[in-house]
Amino acid sequence: MNAPGSRRGLPAGLSARWVRLRLGAAERKARLPDVQGWAADAWRRAPRWGQWLARLAVVVLAVLAPANAIGQIMAPASDWKTILFYPIGVYVLLGVGLNVVVGQAGMLDLGYVAFFAIGAYTMAVLGIDAHLNFWIILPGGIVLAAISGLILGAPTLRLRGDYLAIVTLGFGEIIQITATNVSFTGGPQGMAGIPHPPSIDHIGFLSYGVLDPRPYYYLVLALIIVVIVVARRLERSRVGRAWAAIREDEDAAELMGVPTFRFKLWAFVIGASIAGAAGVLFSAKTIAITPDDFPLLLSILVLSAVVLGGAGNLPGVVVGAFVVAWLPERFRGLANYRVLIFGLTLIVMMIFRPDGLFPARRRRSSLRAGRTAASAPVAAVNLTEAETEAP
Amino acid sequence: MLHQFLTLFWPSTVDGLTVGAIYALVALGYTLVYGVLQLINFAHSEVFMVGTFASLFTLHALGVTSALTGLALVGVLVVCALAGMTGSAVTAVILEAVAYRPLRRRTTSRLAALITAIGASFSLQEIFALRYGRDIQTFPRVMQKTVLFHVGSGTVRSDKVLVVATALAMMVILDTFVSRTRLGRGIRATAQDPRTAVLMGVNIDRVIVATFILGGLAAGVAATLYGTFYEVTQYNIGFLIGLKAFTAAVLGGIGNLRGALLGGFSLGLIENYGASLFGAEWMNVVAFVVLVAVLLFRPTGILGEQLARARA
Amino acid sequence: MTGRSTIPARALRVGLERARWRTTVAAVGVALVAAACGSTSPTTSSGSSTTKAPSAGALKIGFFGALTGANAQLGININDGVKLALTQYQSKGKGPAVTLEEYDSQGDPSQAPQLAQKAISDHTVAVVGPAFSGESKTADPIFQQAGIVSVTPSATDPTLAQHGWTYWHRIVGNDNTQGPAAASLIAKKLGAKRVAVIDDASAYGKGIADIVRSTLPTDGVTVVSAGRSIDPNATDYSATVDAVKAANVDVIYYGGYYAAAGRLLKQMRDAGVKATFVSDDGVNDPKFVAAAGQADADGSYVTCPCGDVTGTTAGQAFTSAYQAAFHVAPGTYSAEGYDAANIILTAISGGSTTASAINSYLASHTFPGITKTVKFDASGDISGGGIYAYQVKAGSIVSLGLVSQLVG
Repeated sequence: MNAPGSRRGLPAGLSARWVRLRLGAAERKARLPDVQGWAADAWRRAPRWGQWLARLAVVVLAVLAPANAIGQIMAPASDWKTILFYPIGVYVLLGVGLNVVVGQAGMLDLGYVAFFAIGAYTMAVLGIDAHLNFWIILPGGIVLAAISGLILGAPTLRLRGDYLAIVTLGFGEIIQITATNVSFTGGPQGMAGIPHPPSIDHIGFLSYGVLDPRPYYYLVLALIIVVIVVARRLERSRVGRAWAAIREDEDAAELMGVPTFRFKLWAFVIGASIAGAAGVLFSAKTIAITPDDFPLLLSILVLSAVVLGGAGNLPGVVVGAFVVAWLPERFRGLANYRVLIFGLTLIVMMIFRPDGLFPARRRRSSLRAGRTAASAPVAAVNLTEAETEAP
Repeated sequence: MLHQFLTLFWPSTVDGLTVGAIYALVALGYTLVYGVLQLINFAHSEVFMVGTFASLFTLHALGVTSALTGLALVGVLVVCALAGMTGSAVTAVILEAVAYRPLRRRTTSRLAALITAIGASFSLQEIFALRYGRDIQTFPRVMQKTVLFHVGSGTVRSDKVLVVATALAMMVILDTFVSRTRLGRGIRATAQDPRTAVLMGVNIDRVIVATFILGGLAAGVAATLYGTFYEVTQYNIGFLIGLKAFTAAVLGGIGNLRGALLGGFSLGLIENYGASLFGAEWMNVVAFVVLVAVLLFRPTGILGEQLARARA
Repeated sequence: MTGRSTIPARALRVGLERARWRTTVAAVGVALVAAACGSTSPTTSSGSSTTKAPSAGALKIGFFGALTGANAQLGININDGVKLALTQYQSKGKGPAVTLEEYDSQGDPSQAPQLAQKAISDHTVAVVGPAFSGESKTADPIFQQAGIVSVTPSATDPTLAQHGWTYWHRIVGNDNTQGPAAASLIAKKLGAKRVAVIDDASAYGKGIADIVRSTLPTDGVTVVSAGRSIDPNATDYSATVDAVKAANVDVIYYGGYYAAAGRLLKQMRDAGVKATFVSDDGVNDPKFVAAAGQADADGSYVTCPCGDVTGTTAGQAFTSAYQAAFHVAPGTYSAEGYDAANIILTAISGGSTTASAINSYLASHTFPGITKTVKFDASGDISGGGIYAYQVKAGSIVSLGLVSQLVG
């Protein structure tokens, strides 16, 4: 049993079967055509005007998306225009926001929905009780969510990965329980009669009413575009490089003089404010909110979206969020089996594409170089394997 | 507020220790897997859930409909516990083989493993919901809940004693296993340094499977105790218990067996004391605030996180 | 599988994939063209489809509520009542043809808007539902704006009547009548002096418990501070049980649903709390007795705006027809679902074939249903709407009649 292993000068404990499987996997991988790599190369080689044309095409497609003809294919058992706003649009926005925290800075946040809830309740309380206008509340909600991110992050971001996960998870629970038990949020009944954004009459896509969801979709689309542009700029700036360094190896980053705590806090606050904006928008469309709209499950779904799409890679995250939001609506007919199918999809996807549908480019390059990240024993075990493969 | 706390001090202590014992047993599964793989086994809650169903079906199969005494009671409890342990351990092994092992060979990303764990958790819940319905399933009463004695105003009942005593016994057995046996040494070695462990001749695959089995066995015992104590189960029963147990594991120091015990009992007590001080609706908030406070002063939990150093 | 057999299989798969690609590309192309045309004139496209509607023939009515998911049982009960009413209407063969659309919201308020919008594009004229109060708050504004009649058989939040929705109707008494009825049952029938009021922190449970909390003192009953809210998903209620035990009460009132109520009551009894258990219509379900155990549940009271229909000939006919159609006895709110659907169908067979005609028919007529005679007030709420008391006796929930008659 141990013979082939011994031939390679391996310790007897390492089973030969493992090595064989491992090599088999590597071979299979090599045979697959690298579509994404090809696309990435093509993108880099394309002229600047070509890249802009492609971006424009995506935006045009997004603008045309609410059309009935598309809706009949995409969501025959539901209302496509409505689900384009929620869940799809809102999930994409949340996904892009969580990607800053999880994908770029590498922190595991299981309570992201808390900031979404803070934004939503800001809109509800200020809109109903103070009669403020949506456009005034929007920055307010963003700032409030950012401050909560700061308050949560400042004491806890010194904690290592998984401890942060449980602390953020707890924060999400605390926000939901508090919203249920205090009176100014309406308790478990929540708040009803949340005002819509002010309309500009006679301009179809700017009149925010009850019946037509399209203006809200365009609003969330605009916000998504703004957030993506900002996130892209950040990613390519000094901040983005610092995040990448922290994500790959926090200790090394610290040693190289990166103020890791400050940059982690930045990522956390930026992520929180994006969720806050999404919350304000969600609240302004949906008229009534209750604490039940912000369950732990939502945090988990958005996290799945980010990881599924490819943490750290913006287009991947957008696609991931779209898929996670859209699939259950598309398969309404299978109502009883929806969650089961979703669960199985997560397992299968992660086994076959562990770095997401579209892995981030920086990560891809490290993959090719032979998996260098070694923060976890799992990684270390893999490293041992990688060494055993060497002749 | 304080008056309420003082009146309820002894009942809260007794009940906090009882529920804490169950948290501690489930926390063991999180802690063992985390110690070896540094992975949050999010689906461990479902390992527990399957255990409750396994012992419920065993009760049905044995035809138990009313409370038993003496040898019959002991026999039925042991058979139920064995069934629960088998159900949970088998689930844990299947999980490891289907959801984690393929990933271990392919990626360094623990995030991916977390997502497969979430996927596995959803799938298991739904399979049980579709097969056995979404309503609660009730256990027949196996054991008479007789009052043994009072501690202050707290009542100590036979079933509470059973829960705490069994949990402690299970803890001692596991601790001895991990610290004394060859396989236990392998587990500790892998937890400390997997690379060196491989070089020293530890079969990592075997160690990992053993870790999942041990966690499953503890969860199975917890499931049987839960069934005899609360007499209900449901497809989603694991979620909240899992969340609490994971919190307990972190509180005590994840990756540390004795930390799981300490964390479980502490969390049970904190919850019940918190509820008597601020009202039951704030129970979870109190628990999480205490957790954050503990982590700020001891960033790796009360006892620290090394599984390998549990005996050092 | 051998190496040889994989080759043709693979070739076949590639071929299939190519074919699928071709159709996908074609579909996307068609969709884009259609989208481009559609989006240039969105108003005309939606306008033209409205004029198309009557040509489809049958009028559409809907059921709106949970049919799958954790809270589905109540929705299934109502939907079965609606289906029975529709079948009977169709078998009579009078009036225009009517079909039923099911909008399965899973009871989730954030899923409700897209289903309400779907009802608009389906040209549904009236819906039975939404079944729960939470989803009502996000779906009813859309029904109101679109002019779709809604008749809820079960959403009992009192505030629903206060939004000025003219297309909204409710055929059961709301929590503002049920809460005080429960309080008078506790004070006068049971003669309680000290009461612990507990709820499940849900919109429904806490809503009704808060009304009981504020009404009991006016009847001279002390509400102790013990208990308050519990987490309905938890199983360990020892903290609440200990507090209630120490508070030494005569009656425990619980606002919430049957599953948590059963567990809570069982743990109370195990700890030796003997106080009478009183709860609401969310607990009016045989599964409450199953969850608590017959011995522990016996003697408990529940109130419900739902009447007991087994006492009348019409009710007995309904029960046997329901039993024959679905092979189960009618559940909570099945009879109300049947009544709600019949109200809409009566309006349709009376010649109202548009939503606004149905709406004005509902406002001006009285409907003799099997649960009660329904007359809507100006806000769309039912006029009157008595509250009934039930008690668990020997494991089954039996009707005691109207609370107002019980307390004299």
